[in-house]
Amino acid sequence: MTRGQEWVIEKLLFLCALVSVFTMFAILVMLFLGAVSFFQEVSIIEFFTGTQWTPLFKPQHFGILPLLCGTLLVTIIALSVAVPLGLGSAILLSEYAPERARKVIKPVLEIMVGVPTVVYGYFALTFVTPILQKIFPETSIFNALSAGLVMGIMITPMVSSLSEDAMLAVPRSLREAAYGLGARKHEVALRVVLPSAFSGIVASIILAMSRAIGETMIVSIAAGSTPKLTINPLEGIQTMTAYITQISLGEAPFGSLEYRTIFSVGLTLFLIVFAVNLVGYWMAKRYWREY
Amino acid sequence: MIPGRKVKEHVLFVVCLIATLLSIAGLIILLLDAFTDGLPWLDLQFINSFPSHHPEKAGIKAALIGSVWIVGLTTLFSFPIGVAAALYLEEYAPKNWFTLFINVNISNLAGVPSIVYGLLGIGLFVESLALGRSILAGALTMTLLILPIVIVASREAIRSVPRAYREGAYALGATRWQVTREIVFPSALPGILTGTILALSRAMGEAAPMIALAALAYINFPPTSPLDRFTVMPIQIYNWVSNPIREFHSLAAAGIIVLLAVLLSMNSVAIYIRYRYQKRVR
Amino acid sequence: MGKTYLFAALVLTILVYLTFTSPKTPTIEIDGSSTVFPITQAIAEEFWKEHQIGVIVGISGTGGGFKRFIRGEIDIVDASRPIKPSEIQKANENGIEFLDFKIAIDGLAVVVNPQNHWVDYMTIQELNETWRRGSQVKYWSDIRPEWPHEKINLYGPGTDSGTFDYFTERVIGEEDASRADYTASEDDNIIIQGVAGDPYALGYLGYAYYKQNMDKLKIVPIDDENGPVIPTDETIIAGDYPLSRPLFIYVNKEALKRPEVKAFLEFYMEKAEQLVTEVGYTPLPSSIYQENLQRIKQES
Repeated sequence: MTRGQEWVIEKLLFLCALVSVFTMFAILVMLFLGAVSFFQEVSIIEFFTGTQWTPLFKPQHFGILPLLCGTLLVTIIALSVAVPLGLGSAILLSEYAPERARKVIKPVLEIMVGVPTVVYGYFALTFVTPILQKIFPETSIFNALSAGLVMGIMITPMVSSLSEDAMLAVPRSLREAAYGLGARKHEVALRVVLPSAFSGIVASIILAMSRAIGETMIVSIAAGSTPKLTINPLEGIQTMTAYITQISLGEAPFGSLEYRTIFSVGLTLFLIVFAVNLVGYWMAKRYWREY
Repeated sequence: MIPGRKVKEHVLFVVCLIATLLSIAGLIILLLDAFTDGLPWLDLQFINSFPSHHPEKAGIKAALIGSVWIVGLTTLFSFPIGVAAALYLEEYAPKNWFTLFINVNISNLAGVPSIVYGLLGIGLFVESLALGRSILAGALTMTLLILPIVIVASREAIRSVPRAYREGAYALGATRWQVTREIVFPSALPGILTGTILALSRAMGEAAPMIALAALAYINFPPTSPLDRFTVMPIQIYNWVSNPIREFHSLAAAGIIVLLAVLLSMNSVAIYIRYRYQKRVR
Repeated sequence: MGKTYLFAALVLTILVYLTFTSPKTPTIEIDGSSTVFPITQAIAEEFWKEHQIGVIVGISGTGGGFKRFIRGEIDIVDASRPIKPSEIQKANENGIEFLDFKIAIDGLAVVVNPQNHWVDYMTIQELNETWRRGSQVKYWSDIRPEWPHEKINLYGPGTDSGTFDYFTERVIGEEDASRADYTASEDDNIIIQGVAGDPYALGYLGYAYYKQNMDKLKIVPIDDENGPVIPTDETIIAGDYPLSRPLFIYVNKEALKRPEVKAFLEFYMEKAEQLVTEVGYTPLPSSIYQENLQRIKQES
């Protein structure tokens, strides 16, 4: 093994590591170039403040607010499911459950992460929506609630497992001290552990949120393809991800202005997810540092 | 003793228990729904047929073969690149800003929505490299998508190799590459394999980038070359779910059963590897 | 050790070589109208049973299909409207010569939810007022005062669809002049699911798709000043139903030179009458298919 060969090998390995940099670079270049080309014809102000999104119709409107609203609506519904369920499971696993129970429950929650999102989408459309329609007869067949609820189930393990990690990182000594002072389990859990693990828990919620924002299949199947500004979860809407999918399936000629909306919407989506992730990681680092 | 505090403790327990059970229940109901709907439609004919506008004649053959092709090629690309990158980052990389930059990149890539990878695949592989909507383009796109997962999992496995192993080898005069290849890599291999298999299950189940890249065309033949058009199981399931004729929903459920069965086998292999080699190290 | 790397490099080179030279399955690429899709798909299915040749049928919409066709990307276009002059011009610029074939007749069906008990028929004029660009119609009562004061939820094909083109020209009177606030999709299945799941929905789509889902939808008879007419095979082929139009396929002449394409087209015309009916559309008189067959046989 000569030094020359060592050098070559190191460089080869380095190149492989660079692939990730290249990927990020390629994504950014593609999105930026496409978006720049798009914004040469559509004003940024209209894009971010317009309330109508009709790129495929005449007259064309390019206001992204309906898509943002759709994404936000579904995400909020998903979080309102995932946070209570996830935190509840986390508290159970870290404060109450004996080791044997943990060994069973944890893998089950992990399985949920491995189920492909098409399956969740199928479930939303064929099972959840009909039930919703029985409860609220005015529910449209494509609606935000169904997609949001199922998405909530899908991201619950993310909240649960990361929050549990955060809670387990709280030193035993803190708990012991509280018990020593006569506190009961729920007081320890709610008033000692939760506040200490707070930034970790928030980090888990934020990361789950970014997953919900970027999720595509559940909303494409169950939430609809009608961009509109509404807070009624029983109506069909369209999210940014579903719109991108719809266009990339060929509904607009390659290279046209309508096609380039993929990049402006895609870039917006990317930046939002990136920003949310940044906040999440920053919060996660904070809780790491405390102990 | 303040009355009610004991009750509150139990109340919290019940609340948390319900929360946990609800999440698990959600999964179980989903699986039951898919199974009861799809099992009646699952037979040898289903696995061996191509899509059809007659629900009774339709099958998942093209999608199954397509999925195998895609995951196979993706393994071929992502395993060497991912493991090499992980080895570099753990064994070779100096602690400078550039290495930090690479690390940050990898974390970010893991959070990018999968549909964006689909767009990247179309722009880069289908158009710029003129590979068309082929299996090759699809596999390369998938590789980029799961690469961060492979790298992170491999790094963890590499990191858990005890320092003593390396130190001993260096003390005997081995070069960095010799240590990496003879000591670190074999020891980390089970963990690397487990992580890679899990990443590949993700590739098998991921629909959005494949739908964008392969499009929703009707394809009635199994691919025989990496440059052929293709379809994969998640796309076929999506197609069937979108069809309002009820029988196709059941077909979608049958397809889901097949997909989950394949994923289950893949994950079992991963768990088995992890189990066997954990025993060995002890 | 060096030998292992050499071996690996050799294997890799062989794989790459094989990848780019191994014969791709000979395929016929078809794209276009989702209305024509079921016919072409059914024929492709039968064709595979006899000939083992791969056929790929996409559903990018008539407009999308033509765009690919005039760039030479596909062999055949499924079209639910005739080719436009602007598209002909682009094809000429690109040196693409083509043949057109009528292959079926389709009615355009206007549908509502089965629970909709107030619509007995609609006139072309009412449809026009409801669907045209700038329409102020929001509630059913805006169309006829005796109808319920409930929001209308509209479903229909998107702008790339030949059905959309036909509807806007025929009902609204001007191409593309449709309102934009409806659930638009090239995927007819979405339209069906939407109307079937919404008591106040109103939608339009190809008649054959309605026929396949009659249990989920209620058809609206159309009145074009001759009294309300329900679309059936008879009224469509007789021309009594006001919203009937022919369906086409356009074939690239270059592609026709390939034996598999020619075989497919001949098979198409031979089986069309039977399969068109099976899928729910109205077949043309046999003579037309014979004519088509003759034209194909002559092109070689």
